[in-house]
Parts: sequence; C-alpha cells; structure tokens
Amino acid sequence: MTAVQTHVPDGPIWVARDSWTEALRHLRAIPRNPEQMIFVIVQPVMFVLLFVYVFGGEIEIPGYDSYRQYLLPGIFAQTVLFGSSFTGVGLADDLQKGIVDRLRSLPMHQSAVLVGRLLSDLVRNVATFGVMLLVAFVVGFRFEGSIVGAVGATILLFAFSHAFSWIQALIGLSVGSVEAANSAGFIWMFPLTFVSSAFVRTETMPGPLRWFADVNPFTALTDAVRALYNGREVGSDVVVALGWAVGLTAVFAFLAIRKFSSTTR
Amino acid sequence: MSDLVPAVVAEGLTKRFGGTEALRGVDLEVERATVLGVLGPNGAGKTTTVRILTTLLRPDAGRATIDGVDVVADPRRVRALIGLTGQYAAVDERLTGLENLEIVGRLFHLRPAEAKRRGGELLERFDLVSAADRVVKGYSGGMRRRLDIAMSLIGRPSVLFLDEPTTGLDPRSRLAMWDLIDELVREGTTTLLTTQYLDEADRLANEIAVIDHGRVIARGTSSELKQRIGGDRIEVTVADAADLGRVAELLQPHACAAEVVDAERRQVTVPVADAGGMVPVVVRLLDEAGVKVADVGVRRPTLDDVFLELTGHVAEEADEEVAP
Repeated sequence: MTAVQTHVPDGPIWVARDSWTEALRHLRAIPRNPEQMIFVIVQPVMFVLLFVYVFGGEIEIPGYDSYRQYLLPGIFAQTVLFGSSFTGVGLADDLQKGIVDRLRSLPMHQSAVLVGRLLSDLVRNVATFGVMLLVAFVVGFRFEGSIVGAVGATILLFAFSHAFSWIQALIGLSVGSVEAANSAGFIWMFPLTFVSSAFVRTETMPGPLRWFADVNPFTALTDAVRALYNGREVGSDVVVALGWAVGLTAVFAFLAIRKFSSTTR
Repeated sequence: MSDLVPAVVAEGLTKRFGGTEALRGVDLEVERATVLGVLGPNGAGKTTTVRILTTLLRPDAGRATIDGVDVVADPRRVRALIGLTGQYAAVDERLTGLENLEIVGRLFHLRPAEAKRRGGELLERFDLVSAADRVVKGYSGGMRRRLDIAMSLIGRPSVLFLDEPTTGLDPRSRLAMWDLIDELVREGTTTLLTTQYLDEADRLANEIAVIDHGRVIARGTSSELKQRIGGDRIEVTVADAADLGRVAELLQPHACAAEVVDAERRQVTVPVADAGGMVPVVVRLLDEAGVKVADVGVRRPTLDDVFLELTGHVAEEADEEVAP
C-alpha cells in the first residue's frame, strides 16, 4: 500500500469542517435513539403539567394574571440547561470507548472533538426547545412582548446552555466514566434551577435560600427571559445573564480545552 | 528520502506516570513492509509505547519518528501517516458500519463522496457488506474488530499500529483476525503489533521485540528467539518427588537450555531442539534408570518460557498499565 501525501490542511475553515463532521457523527445518532429525546422532553412537560394544573391554582404571582406566563420561561431555561448534560455524558462515553483516542490519532483538528460535540448538543437543544414551545402554546402560554424580545430571550437561553455545556464538557473529561458523568453533571442542576426565581418568587424563600436564589445566575437568566417573553421591563437582568453566559463560556471553554489536551498527553 | 529511514524509529523512549516508570528507554525499529511484534506481559509498556508512537502521549525523553517525521514536533503530519487500532474496538455504536468509515474518511479530509466510496471498498474487503447499513450496536465482537481495523486503514496508512488486536476475541475470531492481518502484511503494510501471545507474534511478525518492565530485553526473528529459549519443552512428571534430582541430571545433556525443576508438581521441564526425536530417547533413559514416570508430555514454548529464559522470572500478571 502506498502512503498518501502527508498534506494536512490547516486553518479556520478546516477547524469548522472537522467540527461539522464530528457534529454530524452525533446528530446522525439522535433519530436512532428517540428514547433519549423523549426523556428530555417528557420531564419538562411533566413539570409544566404539574406546576400549571396541580400547583398552579394555589400559586399567585403578583404582577402576573396567570402563573403559566410566569412559570414557562423558567421551565424553558431549566430544559435547555438540563439539555447541556448530554455534552459531558457523551464525551465521557467517547473517552471510555476509546473513540477519543481514535480521533486524536487522525489528522483532524483536535479541538473539533469538543467543538463538534457542543455544536451537536446545541442543535439537539434547539429541537428540544421547539417541542417545549409547542407544549407551552398548547397550555396557553403566549408571547406578550415583541418578536425581537422573544428572539433575544431565546438566543440568551441558548447562550446560557452553551456555557453550561462547557462546564459539562469539563466534568465529562474529568470523571472517567459515563455513570459518573451522568450523576456529576446532573445532581447540582436541581438545586441550581429550583432554588431560583424559576418556579416562585425568591422573596417567598427563607433567608439563606433567598440569598442563594438572588445571586444564582439561573435567577438572572429566568428573570431576563421572562421579562423579554412577557414584554416587561428587563432592567439589568439581560446584561447580568449575558455576562454570566460569556464569562462561564470563556472560563470553562479554556479549562475544558486545556483538560482535553492534557488528558492523554 | 524517506525510503532510507526505517518506517518506525524509536530511540530511548522513557515515560513516567507518577511513581511508576512505564518506559525506561525503549529502542525500536520497524523496516518498511515488515511486521514487528512487540511481545510482553500486561504492564510491560506495550501500550505506552504505541501511544507515544501514535502521538497520543508525549515521551519524557527520547525521540521517535514515523517515515522520518518526528512524533513530538509534528504530530499532525504523523497522524496523516498512521492507522491505529487500539485495545478496544473504537467504533461508534450509534452509527452504521458505513457511517463509521465515512466519518473517519472525512476526518482524513477525503471528499464526502470519496470517503463513502473508500468506506464501501473496505466493507467489502472486510466482509462486512451485508452489515454496512446496520447500526454497529448489533455487531459481534469479531465484526467490531474488523470494522475497527477497516477504520484505521481509511487513510491508506504508511504504518499500521495494532495494539493487542486479538485480546478478548473467541478462538474462531482470533484465527480470522490472524488471516486478515496476514493478508495486510502480504500487501506490504508496515505494521507494529503488540501481543501477549507468543504464538501470535510467531505467526504474524517478521521480527519480535520482547519488552519487559519498560525495556526491550530481546530482539530477533521468531526462530532466533526460539533458539535462544530452546525450542519445545519436554515435561516429565515423576511418581516420586525423590527422583526429581536424578531425572534432571539424566536429561541435562539433552537440554538445549536450562532445565526447570518444579518440586510441587513433581515435574522437570527440559527445553529441547527436536522434541519429536527426543521423546523416545527420554523415555528409554528414564526406563533404564528405573525411574517411575507418571507422565511425559511435549509442549510449545510459552511467553512464560521466553521470560524465564531471558529474565529469570516468569511473565507475572502485572496490573493493566494505566495510561492517564
């Protein structure tokens, strides 16, 4: 067998192409594992039904005629955030199965392994969000603000979930097994999303919890998207939430990429 | 120019993981269109060596080149030259066989159509055509291994690395894998193969490097090594352990390497050059001496024999080497 030319294409276009090839690898798998998608969607749908129809009658939020207008932006935020846990689990799986080793032995751009993974998770998250939006409309949720506001809120949601995907990537690269990545990636997201303004106002919580809820970046996110979807005054929440998204992305992308390049070096 | 240097050169590779010295100066060479079998027990440093040569790990000291390209200085060019099949089949279970091949082809920067064509070619050659559009999750162990090797051939590698390609396979798949590797070798693929099995190295490799505790302790062709460790073994089990010394003494002139006396099993192991011719001689000798024999058997030398002869210790089961 004769060797091919050792021409190794370089440059940003090739990073993008390799990342897309990697993303394609994951995206092709999604329709073959519909149970994965169903789980991701069933859980928030259950939350919607529970909170709107079971608890909703008892919950009154000052300033909101209907609880669902208050609640659903929080559920959206929780859904896309939970969706980010796929990043860590998927990376841990690839590591465990030796697929990362194979990829690293190919003349591709190494960072495409991470970028491709995050790209596919973003696409998956957008699809999940689309289904959630449908459910929301069915239970009577309406955009009460401008289209620009709604689009902005949606972009903010994905910027946030992308930032969390980098956190999950670092977890997935650090823990060494799929099971560990699953629990380590998921467990802390419950307090993070529940001890926030997503389901009730933070004013109703006891001291320490309220303090946590108020500084919780997830509160800033839900407040921002809630205000945007409902056409309310946004205040500083959008800037704070965006700041968190950008900051977390910068820090954790750096850490995850560094971890990735040291994993086998 | 690159025809002048061996396809793989490693000089003085060392690697330490925490307190463990995994490699203590490994020197290797693989000539073009030959197979080097790296033979050693678990934890000897085989996988660490392969990981360094395939750019997955950086050596602490020493240097290595593939086709004259330095693995540390220019890893991406090296990656375009090699194919790697690791210890575990690195296939994406969620995709079909063809999709797995296509993705790797595209990461080798083949055009999508070309990647597909080449994938189809390899599926045919590895007898996976009927499974081409099936999701890999349903593949058997042997099929996964074949797909795994096919994936490492997509880029028409100049050097193929096979890290314990038959570990964990049932005997039938193992034989099929041997035939497959044989065929690749006949086509002239330069291959570095690691194995724990002497018979595997014997069957597949032109040259064998025996590695132990992070060092190459012997090198040569299979027959050269066998001569050194002394061909086949005749094992004599005596009825009475008191006869062991006498038996060893009687057979000593016929041994081509050091005898081993195992008191617990009441057994004397005699390495001989020609086992077939020696068995009657041994039986007659023992009979004449009036030794009560429980059993006489012939066996092929094992990895343990190689190690016993070369190092004075058996190839103990060390823990699986850890690559962080």
